[in-house]
Formats: sequence, structure tokens, C-alpha cells
Amino acid sequence: MTDEITPELFEHLVDLAAFAFDPKEAKYLRRELNNQLKAIHQLAAVPLEEDVPPASHGVPYTDQNSPSLREDLWVPCDNPDEILAQAPQVEDRYFIVPDIPHTELE
Amino acid sequence: MSLMDKTARNVAEKVRRGELSAVTVLEDAFERISAVDGRPGALDYGEISDEDKSKVHAFITLTKDRAYQQAQDVDRSVSEGEDPGPLAGVPITVKDIFCIKGTPSTAASRILANFVAPYTATPVERLEAAGAITLGKVNLDEFTYGSSSESSAFQPATRNPWHTDYVPGGSSGGSAAAVAAGEGLLSIGTDTGGSIRQPAAFCGVVGLKPTYGRVSRYGLIAFGSSLDCPGPVARNVGDAALMLSVMAGEDRRDSTAATLPVPDYLSSLDKDVRGLRIGISPDYMRIPYPDLQTGEVVVADLPKEIRDAILNAAQALADQGAEIVENVPMPNMSYGIPTYFVISRVEAASNLHRFDGVKYGYRTQSEFSDLREMYRKTRAEGFGLQPKLRILMGMYVSAAQYSEQYYQRALKVRSKIRSDFEAAFDPQGAYRLDALLTPTTPTTAFKLGDVYGDTVLMQYADQLTVPANHAGIPAISIPGGISSEGLPIGIQFQAPDYREDTLFQVGNAFEQATDDADWRKIKPQVMKFVE
Repeated sequence: MTDEITPELFEHLVDLAAFAFDPKEAKYLRRELNNQLKAIHQLAAVPLEEDVPPASHGVPYTDQNSPSLREDLWVPCDNPDEILAQAPQVEDRYFIVPDIPHTELE
Repeated sequence: MSLMDKTARNVAEKVRRGELSAVTVLEDAFERISAVDGRPGALDYGEISDEDKSKVHAFITLTKDRAYQQAQDVDRSVSEGEDPGPLAGVPITVKDIFCIKGTPSTAASRILANFVAPYTATPVERLEAAGAITLGKVNLDEFTYGSSSESSAFQPATRNPWHTDYVPGGSSGGSAAAVAAGEGLLSIGTDTGGSIRQPAAFCGVVGLKPTYGRVSRYGLIAFGSSLDCPGPVARNVGDAALMLSVMAGEDRRDSTAATLPVPDYLSSLDKDVRGLRIGISPDYMRIPYPDLQTGEVVVADLPKEIRDAILNAAQALADQGAEIVENVPMPNMSYGIPTYFVISRVEAASNLHRFDGVKYGYRTQSEFSDLREMYRKTRAEGFGLQPKLRILMGMYVSAAQYSEQYYQRALKVRSKIRSDFEAAFDPQGAYRLDALLTPTTPTTAFKLGDVYGDTVLMQYADQLTVPANHAGIPAISIPGGISSEGLPIGIQFQAPDYREDTLFQVGNAFEQATDDADWRKIKPQVMKFVE
């Protein structure tokens, strides 16, 4: 059986996910992805009638079990500095990040 | 007898009446922890010694000072004639996937190792407001991604108190192990595919996955947002009922939290099971598993001891007047894991993109030239292999060109899984069940290292629990026996939406009926450090 996730496709996913792997990790992860896909392929055999809806959740949301819409009120955060203090780098209450890769438009 | 061997209800009652001090209870809890737990999980853990291998290691963080403060507050309110609440003085542990203000909230991941939560999760806040004393945060699989608790970045990983060569299950392994070993009377866990019930079964305790939305998810570090359910882990059904009654209910900070009133769960403990219709399904009594060489599905029989535990439970309930309904078809349950492999990964990937080294948590200490390189290094160093694998799979199966084949299809199969339960529970249908009785797990606990690394086999440990997550319905695992190896066997009851009361009623009846059973006299191995 050929691998669905080829080394090239794997590299593409790794780049999209902003990861980096050594060869041993890459080999393990690609093998596991392909093994999981073999299990997932069982879904192809499930007979799906036209009227089967996709379920984004199990329990239906109804007026009886869901909160009604409420006014969109602004509630101030009571500890913004505590939250900012969690950041790796902050200056003047701004998060600091390194240069963002970009291209100058002509 | 240590107070840690009593029920939470009994302890709370005595503390409320002023017959027992919350500080005294807390001292017993810390005494038990120091006897059985060993060192807490840490990022830099060095060698795992023989001593380590004999202990439980449920904790990542002990919040001792905070706990004493809480206990003193409870005692003070009792002495001032106030009622501290229905969980007065009850020591609890919290799976380290819930935020508690001012405490490290790590998700068992390096990427959150330095994160101190600025707020408290709603269910934890409610437990503490009811007088519960939080002992600390307990270990789990990294971001809850696993069924053995071995993938935690904080090692030594939690071990099974019944036999410390075995896993406690996962991902709420720390919760189940702590309760089993009497390191706290209750624990709050989360269940996305079986993460409360499977470890509860492996550790011989009670674990409930409530109906989706019955308990608020506010303050829970998210995994699969359409599947995650916070729930109780306890040593008996009554304590789980008490705990749920405190945690459940609407929450303006979680719009998926159900607004239905919370019933008096404790009153369901007084009801017998006469006339209740309890189903058994042949589809839950065999184990379908994909052969990775051929891609074909192989069907194995359930181990005899687990099968017997189910049949014995059915007999015990029939003896009390329940009607056992056999041959209930659940034809789509075998698609639970393949469906979960898709839906949970898509939701996990979506939830994990927020961890990027900018707003909180870990940022790489090595050199970087731009934002993208900082992201890459931070995520490569901060996440373990299991979160990385989930992100990659989630991105693949939801990509535009594959989504129809995988994600959209999985969502439709989820409807089919739900429809199995709707048919079984339909009051006008052929089966009209009040509850479905099944095993919780296809095996008893496995040895550390035996399965870890094989992510397909590990995921199939959840195959009997995951259908309830897809359907959203409540399900409970309770101890149903002990295997010849001395390991607990869990039995599971599933019920219609919001019928946790039925699960408590049936579970309690089974407990009463088997109160004198020989297997209930067997204690976890680590109790040798106590006696």
C-alpha cells in the first residue's frame, strides 16, 4: 500500500504548521499519520444517505437548552497588566515580536 | 481509618456540622500524598529510579499554602455559624488543563510550563465556592492527547495505584490515580473521547462524562471544542452525583453551557431500578480494529473477564427489578474512532495555533531572525510529538482539497452515530432504553511503554467510550470487578441527553447490590505504603 502522506506532502504540512523536525521525528510522525489514515479510510465504506446532515455537535441546540442572545455589553478586564505580564516580551503594554517577513510593494 | 478512605459526602457533612475541622482533613490528605505519591512531575526529571517506579506521581503542582488558607476559611465560617457549602472541607485535585487564578496551569506541556493563569475555570470556581479544598494540579497526557498519561512533558508520568508497572489510563490519569490512592476524595477531569471514563475504569474509580454543555468549559484549555466535557472523578457514585450537582449549570461565559435547570442528583440515589429498561448491545461486546498491513478491519472478542463483568452487572440489576433488553443494535459505533481521528484532530489543530510564543507561554531561547522563525522554533521546542501529530493531521484532513473526503464525511458519520443512540433511547421506539450497559474499555490497564508510540492502538483504547462524545450524551464508568491480574474492570452506562440522574440511579443500585462482593475488598497496591 503506498503512503498517502508522501515525504513531499509531509514537508508541505510541516511548513504550513510552522514546525521543524529532525529526520527521526519526521519518520515517526509520517508513519503515524499514514497509519491513522488507514483507520480513517473505514469512513469511506459508511453508507451515507442523501439526507444525513453533518453534525458539528452531538446535542441539538434549542431554545430550551441555549442562552438567549443578550445585549453586546462592553465589560472591562479587571487585570490587564497581569495578563500582559505573561507575555515573553512587552514594551509600553504592547506585545513585541521580531520582524514580520514581508515584501515591499512597488 | 484515614479520612481519605471515607466518602466526600460523609466528610462534608461532618465539617458542616463542626464535628471535623477542614484543616484536619487536609492534614490527612497531605499525609496520604507524602506516603504514596513520590515526586511530582517536572520538565527536568533526570533518571527514573526504582523508588519512582513504586509511586503514583499524580501531581504536577501542589498548592499547599493556598489549600491551608481555604481550609482555615471553611473552619472559620463553620465557627461563625455559616454554611461553607455542600463540599465543605472536601480535598479535591484538579486536572492541570483547568485554569486556577495564580497557579501554574501547564496542560502538561513545555509550551505552557511557565503559564500562571490570570483567572479560574467556572467548574473549579463552583467547587471551591461550595467549600472544596484544592490540593493541587494533577498530571495528564500533554494537552489531554492520549489514553495513558505517558505523553506528559512532566515526568515521572502518573502510574496506576493498583499496580505501578501499569498505566493509569488517560488523559485524566492523574485525576483517576489520585482518587484511587486516596490523595484527595474527588477530582475534576475532562472527557473528549473517553478521558475521564477510561482512566476511571483502569484505576477502579467512578468517572462521569456529563452531557455536552451540562458543565461549562470556561477556563478549560481547549482540545476538541465540540467534544470536551468537564466531569467528576470520585470513589463512589454518590460522591460523583454531589460533585456534578455543584459543577453543572449555565454560565454566561460559555454560550454552549446548557441553560436547563440542574436536577437534584442526590435524590436519584434513593430510587431503585424497578422497571428501568437497560440495554446490552452485541456491537459493544466485540472489538473491531484495523489491520495496518492490509487496511482490513479485524474483529476480536472482548476479553472474557470483561464480558463476564457486564453480564454479572446485568444480572445484578435484573435481580433488583430492572428489565434487561438484549441485542440492541449500535451499528455505527465501530466508526467512532475513525470519525474521532478526523474531528478531534481538526478541532485540536485549530485550538493549538494560539500557542505561538507571543502572548503567553514559552518562547524559544535560541536565535531567530524573523517572526516566522520564532514561531517555528518556539513550537518545535514547546510542543511534544503528540500535539504536533494532531496539528499535522488536523490540517491535512480539513484542507480544502481533502475536506469533503474526510472532515465533511466524518461530520455526517457523527450524525449516524448519534442516530444509533436516538433509536435506542426513543420512548416510542423498539428498545425504549433508559440506559445502555457496556464495557468501558476493551482491555484492563496495559503496562507502561507497551502501547505508547503506536498512536492507532492507543486511540483504540477509547473505542467504547468515544461514541458518547460524538453523540453528546452522558456516560459513566463505575468499577465492575477486578481481573485475575488484580486490575480493575470498568462498566459503562450511557443515557439520553441530560439524564445523568438515571446514570446515578443505576450506578448506585449496582454499587449497593455488589457492596459485599469479594472484589470490592481488594485494595490498590500502593496502599502498602499506608498500612
